[in-house]
Amino acid sequence: MYFGLSEEQESIQDFVKKFLDDNVTVDEIRKIANGEGEEIEKSIFDSILNLGINSLLVPEEHNGLGAGLLHAVAVAQSLGSGVGPIPFVGSYVMAPIAIKLGGNEDQKNNYLSKIATNEIRFGVGMSEFVGAREDAGIEFSKNKINGRALFVLDAEKSDFLILANKSGALFIVNSEDKGVTLNKLTTVDKTRNFHEIILNNAEAEILKNTSDNSEIAKKVIDAGRIILAADTVGASEAMVEKAVSYSKERKQFNRTIGSFQAVKHMCAEMAADLEPCYSLVWQAAHSYDNEEISTSRLLACQSKSHVSEVAKVISKKATEVHGGMGFTDLLGLHYWFKRIGLNRQILGAPEIVREEAAELQGFNQ
Amino acid sequence: MNLEFGSEYDEFTQEVENFCKEYAGATITSDDQKFEMHDALSGNVSSTNGKTVGRSEWQKLLIEKGYFARSIPKEYGGYGGETDIIKSRIIAGAFAKYKVPNAMGGQGIDMLVPTLLEWGTEDQKQQYVESTLHGQTVWCQGYSEPNAGSDLASLQTKGELIDGNWVINGQKIWTSTAQYSQMMFCLVRTEPEASKHAGISFILIPMDTPGIEIRPLVDMTLKAGFNEVFFDNVTVPEENIVGKRGEGWSVANSVLGHERGSLANPNATLNRLNTLINLMKEETIDGRRLIDVASYRDRLLQIQGKVLAVQANSLRLLSAKINPGQNVKLGGMIQKLVGTELRHELEGLAIDIMGELGTLYEDDPNVRGGGSWQFTYMYFLGLIIGGGTNQIQKNIISERGLGMPREPKVQAEV
Repeated sequence: MYFGLSEEQESIQDFVKKFLDDNVTVDEIRKIANGEGEEIEKSIFDSILNLGINSLLVPEEHNGLGAGLLHAVAVAQSLGSGVGPIPFVGSYVMAPIAIKLGGNEDQKNNYLSKIATNEIRFGVGMSEFVGAREDAGIEFSKNKINGRALFVLDAEKSDFLILANKSGALFIVNSEDKGVTLNKLTTVDKTRNFHEIILNNAEAEILKNTSDNSEIAKKVIDAGRIILAADTVGASEAMVEKAVSYSKERKQFNRTIGSFQAVKHMCAEMAADLEPCYSLVWQAAHSYDNEEISTSRLLACQSKSHVSEVAKVISKKATEVHGGMGFTDLLGLHYWFKRIGLNRQILGAPEIVREEAAELQGFNQ
Repeated sequence: MNLEFGSEYDEFTQEVENFCKEYAGATITSDDQKFEMHDALSGNVSSTNGKTVGRSEWQKLLIEKGYFARSIPKEYGGYGGETDIIKSRIIAGAFAKYKVPNAMGGQGIDMLVPTLLEWGTEDQKQQYVESTLHGQTVWCQGYSEPNAGSDLASLQTKGELIDGNWVINGQKIWTSTAQYSQMMFCLVRTEPEASKHAGISFILIPMDTPGIEIRPLVDMTLKAGFNEVFFDNVTVPEENIVGKRGEGWSVANSVLGHERGSLANPNATLNRLNTLINLMKEETIDGRRLIDVASYRDRLLQIQGKVLAVQANSLRLLSAKINPGQNVKLGGMIQKLVGTELRHELEGLAIDIMGELGTLYEDDPNVRGGGSWQFTYMYFLGLIIGGGTNQIQKNIISERGLGMPREPKVQAEV
């Protein structure tokens, strides 16, 4: 019995973390956020791709590493911790899982190995299956797709998109198709991109196994939720570390503020609430890879909602520990605050996800 | 990650499961009030469809089977098995799953026995361990004093060695089960010249010694029953000391960490969550099941998230015991703080969803769960304060866990 990350998982986690710590300063994040960091962004992405994160979840028979979700969780924690400005959850977690589970042999052969060799990259939009806002939604008929998808993940510079309709069928569209318009959404989180996609008679193919089976879309969302929770755990860890280290340096009343119980107790509360979240997310990923859906889906839902709640409080308290500086753009703490805030809302905000968890357990009649 | 215990444990698991099935939902007939509180807190549930067993026979049976006192040597009344964390976990898991009553606990069994096994003389082990394990000798803990609470090491109860006897004077407070106990293990200042922590000794005191006065201290549950204990020239033999003179602080601290973890057992919390879910399915408001009220349901799900998180954390801690060298960082240090707050919140939710019914208590004919929701809600407020207040826990987490500076020393007030 061993409960935790393997040596291999820890090593890829440490590598991504160290790379971001050493190479991606707040100044660079700010440039990227202001739209002036295209080259930096590309070089960060290329370096992390060298670790093979694109092929992690692609099965071995399609030239991938065939790793489990826990591996991706290890990476996501580090991306959250360093507010990594690269595509991940959509392109390299949800897309390969969707194709692996939903595609027929042709579709798998067509796309999976190309993801693994980095010839193509996917954006993923499933918000309308989780809960449609503003009447967004897509319609598919005779290989054409029409409508509007909101909060599509990792769509910028993607080659293809996977989009879900309201009943959980999944469609592949070429991002370059003349019937596809990408409108970048201005969200609070500038470390990743989110798009509105307008579809006007675009060519599309359905992932064959998803035409009358929403279970695949659900399974893709389970994975996405666990990865977002892991990203949030990483971002929260960074915020706690920053708050603790700031409190050991900053002096007022001739003392470091970290010697005041008011500050110490805030830090202890953050650490105490965060610590069990690592275990919860790891267990959820392990369960996703090995256990029955009834067990793993509950853990996926509860990871997403519980970690979001814990992190909301941490992002507030850690900012407060920094005093006025925490509120400034100068320190850049807000990039973590906003990343946590965005992860909370996407693929189901806590109340929505808890309601799904209740249904799963047969609580509501 | 591997959550399997391995096939070498299959046979053992089967054996424990068979035992648990036989005694599923069994009721303990307590010959004694003193274990009532223990039963409520450990999540022991009485039901009408299980067997009935006497408290002392049950204890004896559990030791014989090796489901209790498993690694305590036979010569001291234990089962005499190897220490095997996985087997302990299998036992605890099966007992919780089948709602089989736990063995007796209490401060003698949970704290004094491990202390004596580590620090006691051969005579002390022979004299006390077996009778304590079987519930024949009940112990109370004499640590806190009116002016030594969170700052326990400033305790002032005095012990002087006169003609081969310790003569003890002073006062203890928050002493649970003092009125039922045959013995007390007590922290006493025996070296007044030494520094605060180095002046304390750990002494065993028979409760029928002349000069001891016990006054009940009723707490807010009106049930649990603390006491104040006064010592007026209480005289006990020199050999009743455990460890050397002035070592009492180390002797006591060797098991304090254990107590803190056990105050918030995640298995008991999970049992309570399941009981709460059943309550919400049975109780109604305007004919609607409480679980069908969206706001109640959402609060239930929030608590379930927390319960799952502490369960996962405890699996990680178990893993660290089995795999030496695994780093679990703050995992152990946070248990008391997180676990007691969670349990208090869980019990409080049950009261909230019952509305006015939630206020019923004690022997009211309409009370739900035998009054256990209000009782445990209040009792866990006591545990948030006791066993090192949760504010002290936050000091420990921030100083020892996060490396934050200690509060600067303040000049004594004049």
